[in-house]
Amino acid sequence: MTRIQVDAVSIHFGGVKALQDVSLEVRKGEVLALIGPNGAGKTTLFNVISAIYQPTSGRVRLEGQDVAGLAPFQLAHKGLTRTFQNLQIFFRMTALENVMVGRNIRERGNLFGYLFGLPSVRRQNADSRLCALELLKFVGLDRYADRPAGELSYGILKRLEIARALALEPTVLLLDEPVAGCNATETAEIDQVIRKVVSTGVSILLVEHDIHLVMNLADKVHVLDRGVTLATGTPQEVRRNPAVIEAYLGESQDEQEPANAES
Amino acid sequence: MLTKALQNPFVSTLAVALIVVALPLVVGSNFHIRLATMVYIFSIVVLGLNLLMGYAGQVSLGHAGFFILGAYSVALGPSQLGLNPWLSMAGGVALTSALAFVIGRPLLRLSGYHLAMATLAFGAIVYVFITNEVDLTGGPDGMQVQRANLSVLGLSHLMSWYWLAGGFLVLSMLILSNLLSSPAGRALRALHDSEVAAGVLGIDVARAKLMAFVISAALAALAGANLALLDGHITPAAGGILRSVELLTMAVVGGLGSLVGSVAGAAFLVLLPQFLTEFHDYEHAILGFLLVVIMVMLPLGIVPSLNAVMRRWLP
Repeated sequence: MTRIQVDAVSIHFGGVKALQDVSLEVRKGEVLALIGPNGAGKTTLFNVISAIYQPTSGRVRLEGQDVAGLAPFQLAHKGLTRTFQNLQIFFRMTALENVMVGRNIRERGNLFGYLFGLPSVRRQNADSRLCALELLKFVGLDRYADRPAGELSYGILKRLEIARALALEPTVLLLDEPVAGCNATETAEIDQVIRKVVSTGVSILLVEHDIHLVMNLADKVHVLDRGVTLATGTPQEVRRNPAVIEAYLGESQDEQEPANAES
Repeated sequence: MLTKALQNPFVSTLAVALIVVALPLVVGSNFHIRLATMVYIFSIVVLGLNLLMGYAGQVSLGHAGFFILGAYSVALGPSQLGLNPWLSMAGGVALTSALAFVIGRPLLRLSGYHLAMATLAFGAIVYVFITNEVDLTGGPDGMQVQRANLSVLGLSHLMSWYWLAGGFLVLSMLILSNLLSSPAGRALRALHDSEVAAGVLGIDVARAKLMAFVISAALAALAGANLALLDGHITPAAGGILRSVELLTMAVVGGLGSLVGSVAGAAFLVLLPQFLTEFHDYEHAILGFLLVVIMVMLPLGIVPSLNAVMRRWLP
């Protein structure tokens, strides 16, 4: 079952062609990794898929349905959410409250009930709190539950963003550099978290510079370079693709860590 | 433990309720009761403004416009439509909320300075309209407000409005405390920190802002109606641009993002000028100086800054 279908998407900013004719497809329970040098258009493509940008041409389909003209919050109601490369955390709320905000679309109620604090709203608050706590435990952050998010470190906030996105119970999750700035232990933990999420049938699009993580996790790899698709296929196919080797690894073959090649 | 309790909006609401109940036992003079009533009335409108600014992060320099619409509704309802004052108050709050709903959509597309300018313009339009519609509103001279109070319960006019304004204040705080601990309140606080993150989590940011705007307008109209009924007379000057600035100052001085801060800010700016009257010509200079000192010493506003100090010193 195709969850996300990107059809010949192009987006231009003034004279800059940030994306040209990019197409991809993600099925249920599949991980697609988007790689490429800085400035290749990975985050731009994320912004198009999550409706933060409207494409100049081409279309994005979610569960077969054209999403042109929808706002990001409407896509969230259809099961698509994302995390951000540069954290977008609610810094003045606690870690727990951050995740509880992710429950928003699952919470039912009306303004009258909210203003007068009806028992149903209190019950629901308790449910959301419980669910948020479980998600914090899932990403290993339960001991930070009541700490203001503004006090927490970068690596912790990366995981907090994932927990918050999972609170929606999404069917499609876009992760923009989920392990950037994380140490080896944290990276391994996030790797485990993503595996568990995928095993529940969630489709994941991943932008990530950590090549080991990409090769381990991804079912398919999509390589972008200067806004165009350079190659696409399984991790093994992409790794052997001469165009990729040249563009992506070429200049610094002698470096041990290909992930550092573009930095 | 103590500091956490102090930050709990329900605890603050209870504290304010106790003050409202206890104050008449302590102060007897009509002058002081009247001042307290004024503090309650201004607290109500500042609470709404604080919801909009301190929680949803949207500025308004036009809330005096909603305030004065509420005030004139209790003047115009009985004189033009023959409605009873209580019904006029309810109608005024409802109509003002409806107006806020209609103008809120386009206004809240703006943010920051642009939103400030647009709301300022809204306040100015209301002020000019009321000042110039002399036949309807009496123009700059204002108009009489039909007397309404709880004398059937054996209360004097002043004590009636003391208890009514105090009651409305406690009710407003309770309602806002409920709202803030609901999903809608969390959505407001979230969009204040990151609209884009709130959006991808499914929150309709425009709708959430509009909700805060309408609630704050309703509270402003309620406060305006209370003031007009207390005074028995209303002039457009009660809702000029300076009033909007004053309301904003109350919210900021008391502390954005703190319900009890709204009450503190209103109390500060209603009461302080009374203490400063003995300085005659220097009154405003001293008031201004004190405001500057407060904002330098307590940059988050009175209540949040004192909370931060206490968090450091208390367990």
